[in-house]
Amino acid sequence: MKVVGDSPLYQLTLARLKLLFREPGAMFWTFGFPMVLAIALGIAFRNQPPEPVRAAVQDGSGAAAMLSALAKSARVKPELLSAASARQALRDGAVAIVVAPGDPVTYVFDPTRPDSRLARLVVNDVLQRALGRKDVTRARDEMVTEPGARYIDFLIPGLLGLILMSSGLWGIGYTIVETRTKNLLKRMLATPMRRGDFLLSFVLMRVVFLFAEVPVLVGFGHFVFGVPVRGSLALLLLVSLLGALSFGGIGLLLASRAQNIQTVSGLMNLVMMPMYVGSGVFFSISKFPKAVQPYLKALPLTALNDALRAIMNEGAGLAGVLPQLAILTGITVVSFAVAVKLFRWS
Amino acid sequence: MPALAIRCHRLVKRYSPEVLAVDGLDLEVERGECFGLLGPNGAGKTTTIEVLEGLLPPTSGDVEVLGQRWAHDARSLREKLGITLQETHLPERLTVLEVVRLFRALYRSGRRPEEVLDLVSLGEKARAYQRTLSGGQKQRLAVACALVGDPELLFLDEPTTGLDPQSRRQLWEVIASFRRDGRTVLLTTHYMDEAERLCDRVAIVDRGKLIALGTPKELIARVAGAEVVELAPADGLSLSALGELPGVQGARREADGIHLTVDRAHVAIPALLAFVEARGKALTRLATHSATLEDVFVTLTGRHLRD
Ligand SMILES: Nc1ncnc2c1ncn2[C@@H]1O[C@H](COP(=O)(O)OP(=O)(O)O)[C@@H](O)[C@H]1O
Ligand SMILES: [Mg+2]
Repeated sequence: MKVVGDSPLYQLTLARLKLLFREPGAMFWTFGFPMVLAIALGIAFRNQPPEPVRAAVQDGSGAAAMLSALAKSARVKPELLSAASARQALRDGAVAIVVAPGDPVTYVFDPTRPDSRLARLVVNDVLQRALGRKDVTRARDEMVTEPGARYIDFLIPGLLGLILMSSGLWGIGYTIVETRTKNLLKRMLATPMRRGDFLLSFVLMRVVFLFAEVPVLVGFGHFVFGVPVRGSLALLLLVSLLGALSFGGIGLLLASRAQNIQTVSGLMNLVMMPMYVGSGVFFSISKFPKAVQPYLKALPLTALNDALRAIMNEGAGLAGVLPQLAILTGITVVSFAVAVKLFRWS
Repeated sequence: MPALAIRCHRLVKRYSPEVLAVDGLDLEVERGECFGLLGPNGAGKTTTIEVLEGLLPPTSGDVEVLGQRWAHDARSLREKLGITLQETHLPERLTVLEVVRLFRALYRSGRRPEEVLDLVSLGEKARAYQRTLSGGQKQRLAVACALVGDPELLFLDEPTTGLDPQSRRQLWEVIASFRRDGRTVLLTTHYMDEAERLCDRVAIVDRGKLIALGTPKELIARVAGAEVVELAPADGLSLSALGELPGVQGARREADGIHLTVDRAHVAIPALLAFVEARGKALTRLATHSATLEDVFVTLTGRHLRD
């Protein structure tokens, strides 16, 4: 009587997992790389505190008084310039507005520039108050920066999708072709091993590894950047699982006939490249023309990223991610079915 | 229980219209026998052994292993065979023990992995990664993987090629101890000494065909004579005239002079010396060695095994 520990599938999966965890390259690309990227991008695109409005005061009578009135407010950073250099500064974007003293005060600004329009409101407000205007109602400012709306909140689910894609493709596709080229597949087929066990061990390895990948990256985002998980963790794991399986299926498909490492690497890069850019990992696919967006949305990584973001940032439930789950399930089923049919055992 | 471990009849394997790797081979290997397939590179040894192992489909011909056929009994056959391929890269980042455990798990019954490692003298390396092993140790690990399913029949494809003498001797000892239990071994090699020492019978194959079959002693006596006389220099001596001398079976030119295969050295050598003197020549070298399978091969094909 055999116990689980002696079963071929258990030992095959265990060996796969050991090999994965002992491969320094795989560990770096799965854990190190996304964290380094998150830290670098998180710093580069962090939310900046509001900057004061830059205004030029045009030299002339009354300019000195106006300059000191504006300088008293923290919201404006004024400088005194001649008429010509003030216009030049406006054109260059060095200032957002030129203020010419007199009666009436003249505001020279560019209404097509948002910062210029804002400057018009702020400078006018500061000047009017300095000259004695009273507000008719009291107001209180409550300033918040909402987690879930920052770039890092957008980025972390995208990176999670990205590593689920690359570890699915590399972990299964590359490894299988390596096993084949090194004659190890042939050697194993010379034992009573079942072919199904061989393939299944790769899938199980992926599933087990998921329970390391997802918590590490989501936990990193949460504890380092305060990235929220508003929806249920179970649903997040389910979506990740389907994402991992669909990329595992694609990896198996690409590996099913490849006879050498170069072929399978080339195929995998061909598949991954469009998704690096077009699946909303680093920026939203709304930046692409409307006409191509439906196609981008059908890509597995787009579906995965959309679902991960909906769960993490918006707290979506199962109903909210059903279309994405349908895409991922479909890709999983089709890719595995075709891969098993095509698989080259010799 | 059938008396034959392996029977193959008119086996043909054609890889492509131009490449005919095995050309109508008939083999019968008895149970308990160590049988050697001997031949130069490209002779079709690996192709033959992989067809017998059920890893390659034959183009035509009939193969029976342990009384069973691959088409019907593959799974039950796999349980009874142990094999090493000519070249396999076992997982580099598994330890020796982990590799053997993995292979053990693939068989329904077998031996304890630790016990098999001791058998191939790798017990002390159990916790070392596969990639840290020397070539000889890697090959012994491959043999351990072949033994861990407790096979009745062991296939070894060039088990000692490229190994140092000590590793070769260690592997020979492993094979010999496997045979002591009355089990069968089929191995391929292009080392004569290995075949002479390990094999009860050898089949010499060349270009996919069987060219000689028998015990090493028989083959040597039948084909190559008892001894080989080496002499130099070779110039001015006619091969056909040398071949006619009493006690001489054949003569051939070699890189280092002329080799005569002789069955009665005590008759041949005096005749040779008289022949040389009569032509006014002087020998710079005269040596003899016992004939080997290499001499058998050269006599049969005019080529060396490791050309
Ligand atoms: N997969 C293959 N495809 C085509 N030709 C092959 C293949 N494997 C071996 N051959 C050819 O078949 C012949 C026999 O090869 P092989 O069985 O490997 O000989 P050996 O093991 O005696 O060196 C050689 O000419 C070799 O080039
Ligand atoms: Mg060979």
